[in-house]
Amino acid sequence: MCFYSIPVLLLPTNCTLSTFFRSTASMISEKYIYQKLSLCFFVFIAVLNIDLSAQDGKILFNSKCASCHNVFKNTTGPALGGFQERENGKWTDTKELLKWVKNPPAYMEHDAYTKGLKAQFGSIMQSFSDITEPELVAIASYVNTTFQKGPGGGTTTATSSEPNEETDGRNAILFGIISLIMAVIAMILMQVNSNLKKLSDDVEGVLRPEPTPFYKNKIYISVVAIAFFVVGGFYVTKGAIGFGRQKEYQPHQPIFYSHKVHAGINQINCLYCHGNAMESKHATIPSTNVCMNCHKAITSYEKGPKLFDEEGKEINGTAEIAKLHKYARFDPKNPAAWDPSKAQPISWVKIHNLPDHVYFNHSQHIKAGNVQCQTCHGEITKMDEVFQFSELSMSWCINCHRDTKVNFYDEEKGTGNKFYSIYEKFHNDLKSGKMDSVTVKDIGGLECQKCHY
Amino acid sequence: MSENKYWQGFGEFSGKEEYEQRIQNEFQEELPFEEKNDKGWLDAATPRRDFLKYLGFSTAAASLAAGCKVPVKQAIPFGNKPAEMVPGVAKYYATTYVQDGDVVPIVAKVRDGRPIKIEGNTLSSFTKGGTTARAQASVLDLYDTNRLTHPKRKVGDKFEEIPTFEQLDQMIIAAMSGVKNPVLLTSTITSPSTKDIIAKYPGLKHVQYDADSFTGILLANEMCFGKKSIPSYNFSNAKVIVSFGADFLGTWLSPVEFSRQYVQNRKLKDASFEMSKHYQFESFLSTTGASADVRLTHRPSETGAVVLALYAALGGNSTAPSIDKKLQTAIDKIASELKANSKHTLVVSGSNDKNIQTVVNGINSLLESYGTTIDWSTTLNCRQGIDADINKLVADMESGEVDAVMIYGANPAYDYHAADKFSAAIKKTKIAISFSEKLDETSELCTYLVPAHHYLESWGDAEPKSNHICFIQPTIHPLFKTRPFQTSLLKWSGSEKDYETYFKEYWISKIGSSIAFDAALQSGVLETATTNSTTKAFNSNSITSAATSISNSKPNGNIELVLYQKVSIGTGKQAGNPWLQELPDPITKATWDNYALMSMSMAKELLGVNLANGTEKEINKYEYFPEKPVVKITSGNKEIELPVLILPGMNAHTIAVAVGYGRTKSLGKVVEGVGKNASIFSSFNGTSTDYFSKNVSISNTGKKYKIAQTQIHNSYEDRTEVVKETSLANFKSDPNQFKKYRDDLAKNYAPLTGDYSKEGTLYSSHEQPGLKWGMSVDMNSCVACGACVIACHAENNVPVVGKSEVVRYHDMHWIRIDRYFVSDKENADDLKSVVFQPMMCQHCDNAPCENVCPVAATNHSTEGINQMAYNRCIGTRYCANNCPYKVRRFNWADYMGADSFPNNQDQKLVGVLDPVVHQMNDDLTRMVLNPDVTVRSRGVIEKCSFCIQRVQEGKLIAKKEGRVLADGDAKTACMTACPTEAIVFGNVHDKESRITKTREEHKQRLFYVIEQVHTLPNVNYLAKIRNTDELPEVEHHEEATH
Repeated sequence: MCFYSIPVLLLPTNCTLSTFFRSTASMISEKYIYQKLSLCFFVFIAVLNIDLSAQDGKILFNSKCASCHNVFKNTTGPALGGFQERENGKWTDTKELLKWVKNPPAYMEHDAYTKGLKAQFGSIMQSFSDITEPELVAIASYVNTTFQKGPGGGTTTATSSEPNEETDGRNAILFGIISLIMAVIAMILMQVNSNLKKLSDDVEGVLRPEPTPFYKNKIYISVVAIAFFVVGGFYVTKGAIGFGRQKEYQPHQPIFYSHKVHAGINQINCLYCHGNAMESKHATIPSTNVCMNCHKAITSYEKGPKLFDEEGKEINGTAEIAKLHKYARFDPKNPAAWDPSKAQPISWVKIHNLPDHVYFNHSQHIKAGNVQCQTCHGEITKMDEVFQFSELSMSWCINCHRDTKVNFYDEEKGTGNKFYSIYEKFHNDLKSGKMDSVTVKDIGGLECQKCHY
Repeated sequence: MSENKYWQGFGEFSGKEEYEQRIQNEFQEELPFEEKNDKGWLDAATPRRDFLKYLGFSTAAASLAAGCKVPVKQAIPFGNKPAEMVPGVAKYYATTYVQDGDVVPIVAKVRDGRPIKIEGNTLSSFTKGGTTARAQASVLDLYDTNRLTHPKRKVGDKFEEIPTFEQLDQMIIAAMSGVKNPVLLTSTITSPSTKDIIAKYPGLKHVQYDADSFTGILLANEMCFGKKSIPSYNFSNAKVIVSFGADFLGTWLSPVEFSRQYVQNRKLKDASFEMSKHYQFESFLSTTGASADVRLTHRPSETGAVVLALYAALGGNSTAPSIDKKLQTAIDKIASELKANSKHTLVVSGSNDKNIQTVVNGINSLLESYGTTIDWSTTLNCRQGIDADINKLVADMESGEVDAVMIYGANPAYDYHAADKFSAAIKKTKIAISFSEKLDETSELCTYLVPAHHYLESWGDAEPKSNHICFIQPTIHPLFKTRPFQTSLLKWSGSEKDYETYFKEYWISKIGSSIAFDAALQSGVLETATTNSTTKAFNSNSITSAATSISNSKPNGNIELVLYQKVSIGTGKQAGNPWLQELPDPITKATWDNYALMSMSMAKELLGVNLANGTEKEINKYEYFPEKPVVKITSGNKEIELPVLILPGMNAHTIAVAVGYGRTKSLGKVVEGVGKNASIFSSFNGTSTDYFSKNVSISNTGKKYKIAQTQIHNSYEDRTEVVKETSLANFKSDPNQFKKYRDDLAKNYAPLTGDYSKEGTLYSSHEQPGLKWGMSVDMNSCVACGACVIACHAENNVPVVGKSEVVRYHDMHWIRIDRYFVSDKENADDLKSVVFQPMMCQHCDNAPCENVCPVAATNHSTEGINQMAYNRCIGTRYCANNCPYKVRRFNWADYMGADSFPNNQDQKLVGVLDPVVHQMNDDLTRMVLNPDVTVRSRGVIEKCSFCIQRVQEGKLIAKKEGRVLADGDAKTACMTACPTEAIVFGNVHDKESRITKTREEHKQRLFYVIEQVHTLPNVNYLAKIRNTDELPEVEHHEEATH
């Protein structure tokens, strides 16, 4: 997003120039400049718009579908790429799709295809009772566009935002170059203007002092100074805000633990290891004895894909498991002799760090708020070594609190969290149509002492 | 009745000009410049250029520090996680606070293996969840850096560590073989299993010694009823209560139980005017006296005469020595009232004199109180020591009769009336073993130190009342190499068992099964139905002889001295606790010291301080500077020098000094130089210890000593509506006087809608769509025990600032208990009552602080809470300045070590912090911090948050369970700590909640502090009603009602 800001910030600079042109009897028509300016503006707005709708489908896909579905291959559920062509295009009817997604067990009873899927994958899809039709359309269009681009063309991986950022970067450079060219042109024109004036004065015999050279011209100096101040200020502020933020932070861990192998390929539920996320403020890293539940039996890494660390160095999976056994004081040759109480803790490097003055509670979000792990932690099932996916900044938190709907209690249907039944005003507003939904913001989710105390 | 005046200080009482100026200049803080010298600024220690250099450097350093790489943090899970452990979720264990004979059943909140907060155990029938300040603070003692960390033995003058308990046991068993008459000296032991172990120890004699002895009552009961124990009292059944110096709401026997009973018939609901009447006879101004309806003072030596006068007035067969006319009139009036209410009366006495207690028994017997307010079927076991026993022990030690002494809980080298004699005698024993947790005065004299666990690390039991068993279970693995003293006794008596096993077997065999035992441990209390209420026959023969000896004892000096206990420090066992040391005394509002309390007339006579009608300079010189005059108090060959605090309502011939101060340096830097030991003035009268001295002489030393008092710096600038108090007679005659004031506000300022909150302001109002939090504080129930203040400390990580900072008015308490004297308008010494008003952030819906914050660091939530974002605060202190309630606290220094720069606490020039602040920042001490609450850094404002972390937790639990928030899901720390339920907190939108009901049921007493300034507080108060017959004079009627 921040890249959009550059043209916006440069616009005022251009405006100053345009006023400047007017005052110096410019040879270029003002109309032309305004055309250019408005063009810039429209391009900017357009880019912003397109991006938002695509972003929407992607966010929805990541938060609701990605834990079980991939676009290109079967995981927990079937690959979603090209799903609308299946079953004679039945799924192109969003009404039909909605029925299925809202209540899969009920739909399945009279549908042979989905029944078959259950047999194939061994589980029924979870119900998304609160999903809406537009949301479903957004997801479908995202899946389709991603599928058309092909596996290499920006998929659902965590780094999929890169192409967008590249376009953003290109736009920024484009706007920068245009601004620069215009500034140079303006300067040349002004020089030409003053030279012409001098000539005409000479012809008319008016005596004027020698024109000051451009580097002594106070107007130039002040324009450059202001431009420097604005651009410099922008970067300083941006840098200062970024202090202590660790997005993309990906430290080396004492054991090369691959979430991709565990949560992705082997489909271990997040809560198997991070079960505390349901009841505590900490999700917690599992203790060594939890690892050993499986690794008592699994003592070597054989079937999975080759593992590489960030530097591209190949990792020996079996050796990494051996490291774990060392921590656990476990001898694979004599598994019966293992005593869990002798297991040593592993000093993992903490990736997601919040400042001390922030109170964050996992169970609040996971259990009370029904937020998916991936919403904040990204596509963890694709990460070998985990990196920080989200910014974990206050604006990031706040933006989510602004948009996220709470599971509000519906008096008539009796659905939703009963806790919210006391919000009488909102019930009335929903009934009368003043409100269409209740977001976290409405129940005080933007207030200081929800997170700071 | 002449008009009453409500005042906090003498300056305010006289209302002089200088006082007015002082309150205008509220933040009187001298600027931290040194004195300007002749050489000019450049040669000063910090010249201007240096200042600029520092400024430049620190700016650069700050940006560098901020720009440096974020440190790598580790996340270390368990190696093998216990299944029941969830990091980040607190567990609660029922256990019991035991300090000598004081027993409070509690629930310890354990977060990630560390106990961090004490709550009352609501399952206990006698405390019902109430706590004391000392019980609340006890969790900090667990993490005291001055605890003994391993067993030691004395070699030469020094103590040497003994590496293992096996070695220790070998040494002791070898040393103990063949010693004659081993003695175990303890404070009162209420534990049945421990008594069992002691009884089984071969040849061991057990001596119990209490620093605050109840020998008088025990012996009197033995004489009158043939049973050497204390019956249980029920103040809630009493319509008339007469206390002769018994501080039953503060420190006497079982204050939590008594305060709860006491307030039962004092919470006047609308249209009910029935309340108990409490008379207090005493020699100084005690907390219980402050809550009394009628107070009368006399010399401590006159107690017997006054008690006897009442006995005579009630028709007892005795002639009383003559007493002061005022007292006699009062006694006659009380006697008739008592007679009219017989069976529903209770007379208690704090005296330790057997004769006085015998007469008190006679009075209660005449009034037929036994069976209704005094119950012999349940006895109180919390004090069992008989003073003569320890006298004999000291004599035996001196004569070499006793070779070995083991000491647990008792500290006679400090608090025994002949401490020197004891110290000399203990040296004559062959072996002296101390089980003390810390190196106290007595342990220093012992040859072996075998430190016991803190109670939060222990197994155990207590039986404070017969058939009321309270269990102790460990909440943390022992921090140091310590061992229960019972285990030591078991090992040394040849048993292989440790106490844990012994204790479990003992109770399983008693209760029946291990399942029942586990259930009892879980609830923490085991109460069996009391045996049928047997009234013991009263033997009145003893009264005659008691009366004779009372009549023979006459005052023989001009000035007398009485020793008393503060609710915070008691007898000094927890004196090393910084929270307790910084808890302001409810009456004097002084922290960190003891002092001599003196009446206004004595101060005038002895020190020339004329507070009654002196010049304003004189009054302010005494009152507004911390330096107080120091006097030398001499009694026989004993003398101490103490600063003087002058109080209204003191007996003119008596000074009062608190015990528990002047502890040894080895208890830590916290107690170093804090107060003087006043126990030296106690004496033995032949049967028991007297805690007063009949004849002391006082001389002015001319020295000055700083006392750190709070409250004198806050002023409501003559807004006397802050406290609302009246007599019951006046309240009866005009029950709507407080309500009328509120109705008038609506009438005058909201003539259109009648809605004072919305119409009476220019500001728009805040909306609360869901919850709205509110609090109600009943001033009729508050007995100023201070439990809420300490609970708030523990819950909210409120810093301890040390004496030097309290002197500079930098105290940080989020909740304070304001004390107002109510006296005659003309005569400050004619004290009618004392009003206690717990004051915390009022969470105003139209908050003056919110409007002035330039960065919106303090603002209003949709749940009606005035929230404070510390990280946003830039420290302008505009909010504190604009707060009419003076509840905002500023972090003048980095009290909690929360800043990024570690040396922020080491101020060299100004603001040098006391050692206690550094001790509170020790890694061990910091284990007590609540991880859910941020520690505040220097330069930010903090204040009561309505325990937002508890509110949020309660909401979250309800949300996760998908249910409506129930009343009681969220309770503030002050509410749960309060023994009298004076504080009620809850959701005011919930029609069934206690807060809503409290407000509905007490409309006539309900008021908001300075409601007319339209701050719209969310905390309401219930007016204080004194049960007296005073009626205002007619011409003053209007003023008195506002």
